Amino acid sequence: MTEITKLTLKQTRDAIVNKDFTAVEATQAYLDNIKKSEKLNAFIVTTEEKALTMAKQSDERVAKGEAGLLEGVPLGIKDLFCTQGVQSTACSHILDGFEPEYESTVTSNLWQDGAVMLGKLNMDEFAMGSSNETSYYGDVVNPWKANDSDKTLVPGGSSGGSASAVAANLCAAATATDTGGSIRQPAAFTGTVGIKPTYGRCSRWGVVAFASSLDQAGPIAKNVEDCAIMLESMASVDKKDTTSVDTPVPNYAEAITGDIRGMRIGIPKEYRVDGMSDEISALWQQGIDLLKDAGAEVVDVSLPHTKYALPAYYIVAPAEASSNLARYDGVKYGLRVPGKDIVEMYENTRAEGFGDEVKRRILIGTYVLSAGYYDAYYLRAQKIRTLINQDFVNAYQKCDMLLTPTTPTAAFAHGSKSGNPVEMYLNDIFTVTVNMAGLPAISVPAGMSANGLPLGLQLIGKAFDEASLFNVSSVIEKATAQNISSPESWWA
Amino acid sequence: MTIDANTVRRVARLARLKISDSEAETLQDELSSILGWIEQLEEVDVEGVEPMTSVVETQMRLRSDEISDGNYPDKIVSNASLSEDNFFMVPKVVE
Repeated sequence: MTEITKLTLKQTRDAIVNKDFTAVEATQAYLDNIKKSEKLNAFIVTTEEKALTMAKQSDERVAKGEAGLLEGVPLGIKDLFCTQGVQSTACSHILDGFEPEYESTVTSNLWQDGAVMLGKLNMDEFAMGSSNETSYYGDVVNPWKANDSDKTLVPGGSSGGSASAVAANLCAAATATDTGGSIRQPAAFTGTVGIKPTYGRCSRWGVVAFASSLDQAGPIAKNVEDCAIMLESMASVDKKDTTSVDTPVPNYAEAITGDIRGMRIGIPKEYRVDGMSDEISALWQQGIDLLKDAGAEVVDVSLPHTKYALPAYYIVAPAEASSNLARYDGVKYGLRVPGKDIVEMYENTRAEGFGDEVKRRILIGTYVLSAGYYDAYYLRAQKIRTLINQDFVNAYQKCDMLLTPTTPTAAFAHGSKSGNPVEMYLNDIFTVTVNMAGLPAISVPAGMSANGLPLGLQLIGKAFDEASLFNVSSVIEKATAQNISSPESWWA
Repeated sequence: MTIDANTVRRVARLARLKISDSEAETLQDELSSILGWIEQLEEVDVEGVEPMTSVVETQMRLRSDEISDGNYPDKIVSNASLSEDNFFMVPKVVE
């Protein structure tokens, strides 16, 4: 039975539809793995009973010949997604005990297609973090360890639980969200594949809001094809989210042909940052070479405002977060800490309910939006966003997509960067520009570090051209697969 | 860019976050260092640049002004820590 959990999502779905094994058997196999994975702390809630009920219903549909796109596939759901009747807290103390009366559009789409929910996945509190060390439910541990140290490593963040669970075979695939790199950076740190779709591709309805102009849901999966299948199910236009875009959702898996002859791949010179390690440079070069070998044309491009993306992000994201998080006041849901009057009740509740990183961002956001500062900070940052977007528009006159590293380093040890907020923020240096411009980008494993950890490359596409990202990343995946091992299951 | 402890306390008050004096001191350093790092944006020439208001060019969709959902006040208050007769309960605001 344990072998089931090593299958890809597609293999699992096909086996269930072909009745090689049942959805109940697959679900039980994953539930058994989750039970043995406490050391990873990836799942914060396991919905065992619900999972088995959903699996049974799935088997009934298979028997009737009514199988869906994700029939019987056991999934993990990031705790940022509201799931009806199941605790949804964004891994914050302030949402203690919150059980939504409704289901997010993205998860509804998954269940509509026959998927099974295993439980809720750990994450950085309100998706604010790059190491999954800010969760109220404790740190998530990366299943990978360096071959020269026994230290536990971070899985990246904020979708650290999603990435860790997929890498450790605790679910066939997982939902995740990406505001500044929260899908791609953890995917790179765990040897998994993650895509942040174009802004508007997936509905944000029922996803706890962090920074509304940047937030976008996407999948983390075991390989490129699985990611494509997941996104096809997750994406939809939605009346409840007016920023969701009414463009047909293609069959992404069909776009994976492996034929990239004539594709023009841009290499942005500004991503060659000072102090980039030889290892990351070599990984990038290897990616360039293998795409050339596959018949793509490689061109140099320039994105001159790249270095301003991250500091501008740290105005836009906290500003929007401070506004979005104003709703947590102890009245409508979650934690309530009494006070002598209503204002003190708000202040006490928010002081106790929010963690340090969330408080920092609320304060930065409140400061930059406060009287007299709006033009100097928020308005200026939004103008810089226009310039960043224009950089991409110019680059795409010369190329079809861009290739960059996903992260400046491999996964790092717990505690090693938590002392300095700015140092932690720099983790997102290669990923955040994409959110600022609303573009899609995928991270695909492409090699290993000298000490045996996975490293990822990022492909950045034109708006709504996820299909090409899947196709080109599949070429990288195929060419490098033999160099990438799996983590030893030391945790089980 | 440095901000003083009083500014931290004022902003915390605006954000309805209770902070202690020692927290204000720590936050003063952390926020100053973050804002200092953000200062590099001043070197960008944004003269004549329009602010980005939407990442994807779309027209706001209109819908007819009809009630399509509702009539379940019990569900609305079901997660409140304190409610009575489908009202949220808060400390007395008006004497």
